[in-house]
Parts: sequence; structure tokens; C-alpha cells
Amino acid sequence: MFAYYVNLGLRSLKRNPALTALMVMTIAFGVAASMTTWSVFRAVSGDPIPWKSAQLFVPQVDNWGPKHTGKTGNPPEAMSWPDAMNLMRAHRAHYQSALYAISPAIVPTRAGQHPFYAGGHAVFGEFFPMVDVPFAYGGPWSASDDAQRARVAVISSKLNDKLFDGANSVGKTLNVDGTDYRVVGVMASWNPQPRFYDIVNSGGFNAQQEDLLLPFNTAIDLQMGNNGNTNCYESPKQPGFVGLMHSECVWISFQVELDDAAQVAAYTQFLDGYAREQQQAGRFSWAPNNRLRSLPEWLAYQHVVPDDTRTSLLVALGLLLVCLVNTAGLLLAKFLRRSAEIGVRRALGASKGEIVRQFLIEAGMVGVAGGVLGLLLTGLGVLGVGWVMPHEIAVLARIDTALLALTVLLSVLVAALAGLYPTLRAAAVQPAWQLKSN
Amino acid sequence: MTLHPILAALRKHKSGVVLIALQIALTLAIVCNAVFIIAGRVERVNRPTGIEESNLLLVTQQYVGAPTGDDEASIDELDSRLRRDVAVLRQLPGVVDVTSVNSVPLLQSAWNGGVAIKPDAQFSFDSKDFSTFYFLDDHGLATLGAKLVAGRNFKPEEVMHKGFRTSIETPVVILTQALANQLYPDGKALGKVIYVGGSKAPSTIIGIVERMQSPGLGQWANSFAWNATLIPQRMDAAFTRYAVRTQPGQLESVMRAAAPALYKADPMRVLDDDGGVRSFAQIRAAAYQGDVGMAVLMGIISLILIAITAAGIVGLTSFWVGQRRKQIGVRRALGARKVDILRYFQTENFLIAGIGALFGIVLAVGLNLWLMQHMAMQRLPIALVLAGVALVLVLGQLAVWVPARRAADVPPVVATRSV
Repeated sequence: MFAYYVNLGLRSLKRNPALTALMVMTIAFGVAASMTTWSVFRAVSGDPIPWKSAQLFVPQVDNWGPKHTGKTGNPPEAMSWPDAMNLMRAHRAHYQSALYAISPAIVPTRAGQHPFYAGGHAVFGEFFPMVDVPFAYGGPWSASDDAQRARVAVISSKLNDKLFDGANSVGKTLNVDGTDYRVVGVMASWNPQPRFYDIVNSGGFNAQQEDLLLPFNTAIDLQMGNNGNTNCYESPKQPGFVGLMHSECVWISFQVELDDAAQVAAYTQFLDGYAREQQQAGRFSWAPNNRLRSLPEWLAYQHVVPDDTRTSLLVALGLLLVCLVNTAGLLLAKFLRRSAEIGVRRALGASKGEIVRQFLIEAGMVGVAGGVLGLLLTGLGVLGVGWVMPHEIAVLARIDTALLALTVLLSVLVAALAGLYPTLRAAAVQPAWQLKSN
Repeated sequence: MTLHPILAALRKHKSGVVLIALQIALTLAIVCNAVFIIAGRVERVNRPTGIEESNLLLVTQQYVGAPTGDDEASIDELDSRLRRDVAVLRQLPGVVDVTSVNSVPLLQSAWNGGVAIKPDAQFSFDSKDFSTFYFLDDHGLATLGAKLVAGRNFKPEEVMHKGFRTSIETPVVILTQALANQLYPDGKALGKVIYVGGSKAPSTIIGIVERMQSPGLGQWANSFAWNATLIPQRMDAAFTRYAVRTQPGQLESVMRAAAPALYKADPMRVLDDDGGVRSFAQIRAAAYQGDVGMAVLMGIISLILIAITAAGIVGLTSFWVGQRRKQIGVRRALGARKVDILRYFQTENFLIAGIGALFGIVLAVGLNLWLMQHMAMQRLPIALVLAGVALVLVLGQLAVWVPARRAADVPPVVATRSV
């Protein structure tokens, strides 16, 4: 019977090629717009480190007080150097790392090559196991390297290709801003998006690769400039880098790993105790005002998914809804036009169920055709997303089997939904009335 | 012509009417909000920056292994490098003027801070007296093409230099008109003093420029987009920027010549392939890429929506015409003119589209309120909604024209057949 209904459906669809084409295109456009915007939304709203995001936390310490934080009373989004160092020294979490964005120059040893920027971060050795940085060669530096301000570096595989032709460069020397560093590790391909450990400076998405990771204390020692934001409510009291370090300016990101609820509770308590200590010492003249957000909460709080991406998806889904209503209307017209045919079939013994099946199959065929065209348009849409979305976001949109499967599925679903009411109306046609009127 | 027969007929095929009305309502709601988004973006992108954008380029570079810039000797060393670079750029053929500068409008890299008419003013991030700081020299106004509307430009002897981490102190400043009016609402800012970035020393306002946008484009920076304080200082750091004005038609050649000339003066520097030398047009395009893209996307979706809704009206009305051929024939046989049949379908469509539009207004406002609550969106102007209503009514009339003409062409003889 299925083959027969498919055959009937094909004949019916061929009878009105213009109407059929209109329905197929309606579904295809609606689905393609939704899937294209969804592919972007999926990319930017995804969990960058799903196996661990529940254990990663971002602490905030209010070192500004109600006078400078403004109406919201939210503590600053980054940390001052004194607070970051105190939290590192206390070492209360399983793993913790203060970090800041750097963009020093690499001086190539080959003659004729100009120096170039290497973007990255100054971090503590614990950063690597905390965020599971994969290594191709070597590994992280040690805690004693951190303590001794060793001149060591971890580089990306891309930088390794550029400087050492992709060979194992562990132990080789790297000239950064005129200072020699020893390479201790080469990362395997690693480019988490959003750049979850430094949302404040990346805004979440960053087209730039993470090329160079240096020990935090070493970078501070060499007064390596901060390539991210520095926010101050007043000018530092002392001049220079040392002045910035000892000021209440905030410019350092902080991330900790806490393995269970007990550790989270203990760390929250520790932060409060720390703020109270600072209050007693006279540095803070306000009650503790800290936050400890898990990574997913932090991403939501930082508004990582751009409003434009959400709005686009919403508007595209609206378009899909209109397409659904439109297809429903056209199918209703198409099916009811065949009331006479339905009447004859019913009179000859076809049950209501069989009519329902026949017309749902016809609607489903429109859905499949719409899905195939929709696949093509979605492909074009994802390729063309660079025209309408910011570069750093557009590059994240990908075509994969999940997206393709969902496109076809959504098309059939939309067609079936659109066909549901018209089909029920068709099945309710009274055979006697139809036969009489002809 | 009375509405009664139309209403009676509409009641006969309620579901079709509901579907078309619903489609029109949704289309109106979405298109109104999409067009509102487009209008907002177009307005944002078209804001003049206040500077002369053509024949302008920006060089961004960083010295490698440069001194820190934290002590007098290293500041002087950096300053001599900066002045040498400016001299190198000035000598390039086709260059009109050059200034060292910390940022330019739309660059999205800024030094912002509070400004006040009293010393020791307190700032929090929601106070309104914020300004961006442009550090440039006596060639700054001419190079950028900012228009002085009162007072005078900086004199060469007023240009100082400082380490980039040293706090701001300047005896003279030039303000934008917007900032001057905000600080001195009586309009007599010229010659008065302000305190810049928490500085204890006063700065005298010696000039006022018509307009100069701040580099930032985010929500916070946008709240003081027209507040700029121009400070006559060279900022000495390993990282420097130079704005270069070229003769008309010479932009490309100067852009090609800039990097080799600077490398020749000192090869130990980074001049990034992508961002080292950029025309202002490139800076503008990068700054507004997201806004232009959003407008294009909303435009595409609106066009698809309108096309689909129009096609849907044509399709469904065609069906109704086919269904009612006999009745039309009877009416024609009983003396109705072609124009009466045409009017009938037009009026019918007007009624349906009207109902849809009424619901659409509610939906459009509802969607707008939701967007306002959950995303940065302004209130939808009522005029735009009314324009949207007019659009869907006209769209309905245009779409119904083809099937309605076909209906009007039904000959009266149809009435006599197969009864």
C-alpha cells in the first residue's frame, strides 16, 4: 500500500507543479534559514570543555567597594595582582591559576625573517592539567619552574611548524622579546572556543590562535605587558609596571578546579575569610562581596552567546513557523480540492485511516523534497555565513552529519505538522455529500 | 456592495481564513522587528566619526626588546624612536601629514577615563562623565581631519611626551563639542579648566572640535561615544601607532611603502601582516562587519517572508476561485459585472489581511517587548508598525490581483453547466 500511496502522491504533486514547487521551496527556505543560524548558535553556545566544566570555577573578589562598582554592586570581572597572588599563595583549590593575556614578539633565528606577534597567556603550571591541554611533545613546566621564574615556554603546534618545521622542539631555544626561553612542551592542536579561561579579554571568541604560554611569574618579572583590558577607578599611585602591580586596577583572570560540593563550599568560605582579612587589614572598607561561579554560570553571566546570534536564530525560527503555516494552507487547499476523489475512494471502501495515511505520505514527500533542497541551501548558508556574521564567530559554524540529518528530519517534521490538519479535514470528507454534488 | 455575503462565505472556510490571517500576523510581527533592527544598524553604521576618513591610514607597530618605558632614560629612548618613525613616515612620497596617536575612532582599543570640572571627583562605571583620551601631537587635528569649531590647535611647544603607564597630566586639552557642552552646559567651556582621569592638576580647554567618535563600540563605550578629550602628548611605549594622511590617490602606494621604510629604520620591530598598516576604510569595515551582516541577514529573512506570504495568498485564493467558479458564474449570470467579482475578492482579502494585521500588531509589540527584556533592543516606534500594517495590506492586494482577475474572467455560462 505504501508504494501505491507514494505513486498517488507523485501523481497529485505532478498535477500542480507550481503549487508543489512553492511548497517545497517554502519548506526548504524555512528549514535552511533555521539550520544555518542554528549551526552558528550551536557553535557559540556549546560547552568548550564538557567533561570538566562543572568542576571549573571563576572566583571574583570585590576590591573596589560600593563606591566604584556602580549601581549593580557586582565585583570587578578580573582581579588585581595582589588578590591574584594571595589566592595563588593560599592554594586552596585542587588546581588554580592566575593568568593574563600576552602578545610578545617572537624573533626568528633565520636571517631575513621579521619578528612577529605570538598571542597567548601567562599562566601557572597547574593551568595545563586543569584545562586538559593536550601535548604533542613534552609537557607542562613544573611548580618549581613557577617558583624560580624559569625562562620556559609551551608553544602551539602551529608556532612549532613555523619555527622548527614541526620537529620535536623540546629543549630548543625560543627568543621572545629579546629573551631566550627553553621550549618544554608543544601543544597538540588546541583552540577552545569560547576561550573560557579568559572570557573577559577574548569576549568569548577569538580568531587568534593560542600560540605561546609562559610562566606567570616569569612574565611579571620581565614586566611583559598585558594584552587584555586593564580597568582602574583611579590612576596607580606609583608609576610604571610596578605601579600597576600594586594598584587596585583589575587585569588578571583567575580559574580554579574544585572537585565536589564540599570543596566548593570550602572555597566559598575561604574567599569570604580572605575578604574579611583584607577588611580587618584596612584595605577593604566594606563587607565581603565575592562570587564563585561555575564555568557554565560564568559563560552565561558574561553573555558569551552574542545577542545577534540569538536574535538571528529566533527570527529564523519565526520564518520557519510562517513557512509551516503557509504549507499548511496550501496543503489544505490542495487536499480539499480533491474532495470528490476522496468521496469516491471512501465510497469504494477506503477507511478514514487509509485516507489519513495517503495524504500524510503525500505531505511527507513534500517534506523530503524540501529537505533535499534545504540541505543544499543550508550548505550554501553555512558557507556564506562569513558574509553576515563577525569573522571570529563565522569560522566556528560547521557542516556535519548531525546538522545534515537534522535538516532532513526537520523538513519532514514540518511537512508532517503542516499536513496534519489538512489530512484530518480530508479524512472527514462525507462520501455521500461529495457523490451527490457531482 | 455589502459585506454580508463576504462574511458569510468566510465563515464557510474558516480554517483557510485563519491560516492566512495567522501567516500575515506572523509576517507582520517578524518583518516589523527585523526592519527595526536593520534601521538601527544602518543608523549606527552611518554615524559620522567626525574625522576625514578618506586618504587616511594607521600604522601599528611594536619594538622588540624595547626598554620598559617606566624610567626617565627609557622613556626618552622610546621617544626618540617614536619621533624617528614619525619623521620616516613624513618623508614618504604622497604623505601630507603624520601624527603619533594612541587610537582612532572605531579602532576598538581605547584609553577611557573620567573627566570632571572639579578635582577629586569620584567615578563609578555608571557615571556619565566618561571620555575617551586621544594622545596626539600638534599635527593631530590636520592628520585626522577633525574640525575645530572654537579656540585653537595645540602649539608645537605644548606637545609633551610621557611613558604609557604614567598617569595623565596636561596643562591644555581640546574637547569635542559634546563633552564641552556636557561639562559646561552654558556653552562657555573655552578657557575653562577640567580635571582629566583623576589628575589633581587642572587642564585648560584651548579648543573645541565639532565631533570625534570614541574608538570603542561596545554598549558601555557607546554611552559616551561623542566624549573625547584630545591631549597633546606622545605616548612612549614599545607599542606605537601613527596616523598618516596621504594625498588623494596616494593611499595605496603609501600603504605599500610604509612597512619597508620603517623596517629600514629599525628592523627589530613587529609590523603585523594583517594589522600593521591599515587604511581607515579597513578599520571601518572591521568595526561594523557584524552590524552590516546583521542588517543583511534580517533583510534576506524579511524578503523570504514577504515572498512566501504573498505566494501563499496567491495559492489559497486561487483555490477559492477554483472552488467557487460555479457561484461566480451564477452571480455573473444574475447581472454582476466583472468589476463586482474583482471587488469581491479584493474586499475579502482586505478583511482577512486586516484581521491578520490586527493580531500582527499585538504580536509585533509582544515580540519587541520580549526582545527588549532579553536582548539589547529599543522600543519599536508605532509609525514603523503602522507602515508594516500598510505593507501587508498592499501586499495582500497585490497578491490577490492575479487570482481575482481570473475569477472576474469566469463567464456567466458556467452557471448553466452541469447543474
